[in-house]
Amino acid sequence: MRSRLLRRPNAKIGAVLIAVMLVAAVFGVMYTPYDPIINNLHARLVAPSGQHWLGTDEWGRDVFSRLLNGASVSVFVSFSTVLVSVAIGALVGALTGYFSGWPSRFVMLFIDALLAFPSLIMALGVIAVFGASSTGVIIALSLTYIPAVARVVRANVLSLREKEYVEASRVMGNAELYTMLRHALPNAVAPIIVLATALFGWALLAESALSFLGLGVPPPASSWGGMLADSRNYVEQAPWLAIAPGLAISLSLLGVNLFGDALRDEFDPHMKNLV
Amino acid sequence: MLTYAAKRILLAIPTLLIVAIAVFAMLHMIPGDPAQLMLGDVDSPEALARLRSELGLDRPLAVQFFLWIGRVLQGDFGTSIGQQRPVLEMLLGSFAVTASIVVPAVVIAALLAIPLGMLAAWKQNTKVDAGLMTLAIVFLSIPSFWLGLLFLMFFGLKLDLFPVVGYVSPFENFGEGISYLVMPVMSLALIETGVIVRMARASTIEVLRLEYITHARAKGLSEPTIALRHALKNTLAPTWTVIGLTLGSLLGGAVVTETVFTIPGIGRLLVDSIFARDYPVVQGALLFITAIYVGVNLLIDLSYPLFDPRVRLS
Repeated sequence: MRSRLLRRPNAKIGAVLIAVMLVAAVFGVMYTPYDPIINNLHARLVAPSGQHWLGTDEWGRDVFSRLLNGASVSVFVSFSTVLVSVAIGALVGALTGYFSGWPSRFVMLFIDALLAFPSLIMALGVIAVFGASSTGVIIALSLTYIPAVARVVRANVLSLREKEYVEASRVMGNAELYTMLRHALPNAVAPIIVLATALFGWALLAESALSFLGLGVPPPASSWGGMLADSRNYVEQAPWLAIAPGLAISLSLLGVNLFGDALRDEFDPHMKNLV
Repeated sequence: MLTYAAKRILLAIPTLLIVAIAVFAMLHMIPGDPAQLMLGDVDSPEALARLRSELGLDRPLAVQFFLWIGRVLQGDFGTSIGQQRPVLEMLLGSFAVTASIVVPAVVIAALLAIPLGMLAAWKQNTKVDAGLMTLAIVFLSIPSFWLGLLFLMFFGLKLDLFPVVGYVSPFENFGEGISYLVMPVMSLALIETGVIVRMARASTIEVLRLEYITHARAKGLSEPTIALRHALKNTLAPTWTVIGLTLGSLLGGAVVTETVFTIPGIGRLLVDSIFARDYPVVQGALLFITAIYVGVNLLIDLSYPLFDPRVRLS
């Protein structure tokens, strides 16, 4: 399965781009050429050179180091968001899909209403409550994506519930909850993986958009969106400030999108219209 | 048709009610007291108590909710703390600005994407198809705020073609207004083209597999005739959904583009009000934007039967 997936050229390019992003994120935590946070006012707005590969910003901080550090922030926030929203969303979806009845219908009514919010708007509303911080962003984005996960998982579990092997488990006298967790949910894993990949991309984009607006990860921590926002004041003097973080976001997203498409086609061509 | 429409409209009501409850609850979870915020640093318990009872903050939450909803339904969204203006007036003004960039952007994107998507499907698995799909995924991977920034740097500063900062309403001064709109509209349109073109391609491929297309070919009709007379209408139905979703979410979510080009749209109003802790405006904007989103989706649903008469029956 895995080798077949990587035989697709798009999947290969996507995997390479994702790998670069992950390596950058690891370096961002472990080692950066310069300190990404501390100011160095003697080296303000230095153009890219052998010493500073991508130049320095208005505080004299090395852009390459901040880019690496920003990668770890973005990856951490996006990964946590996917983890939280998939864990909660899959549970809600599995429960409401497996157990019919009025509590399920009530929960789904609520889930559908949450889906009525445009996602960035909902995230902004939640940030207004919890404040701008990485935790705030993770909570906001998770709440935004949980309904989507719940819907997809529920649809899958609804159809799995009628399968004979699920029925068989029930006939054998297994508890309903056991049957659901042991037999129905594991068979909904493929669509969950496809969705989780898409979610990672959405979260990455949303995190940088929120940071760009000043409502994401607060300074002085580096975030790609925040770096782009700061670059706006220096577009004429220091255009490199706007190029590097924008390319970093775009290439990471391109990697996730390419890989996600290939994954989706591999697992289930019919998911095309769903996600 | 009428029962279909009535059912759709009725289904939107509980959704909007829960949305309203969610917005109300969200804003009440914020630490701090709106009355204290409105008073500012004035330290007077009597004034605070008076304002609290004026605003109804001393009533039970459920009562407060119904009072609020009652006022909203009459078009009273309250008054901005920061600007002392009616919230509705601010919402409508900034929404018109947002619509003036989003609607042209989505129209341009649809006009570009549908023919390109159909072309890619017709040439499925050729170089034309691969090229178009690569372009699409590249554009949909570029954040709109970065594309906007690149446009600003290149077309605005380097080539000096368009004004870089500010906004002039095209309704007041058409020529100048348009010059402010070109860059934001184009940057939004290009990215959305990437989204819509993929849907248009996928739905055209599905249609091309159907027997009536084979039949049309067997009759000896030319490919352009098949595309325009036979395939287009069936391709449009699913693509139309994506266009509607895009339009709906951009009407509230063009906030990053508005920020790049300093356009006073409704998304910008929401973000500025979050910063200023102007909660009546935050609450109003969240509700207004979501209602627009639900409304646009409802209109899309209602328009399905125009494309596909089969929907009427189900």
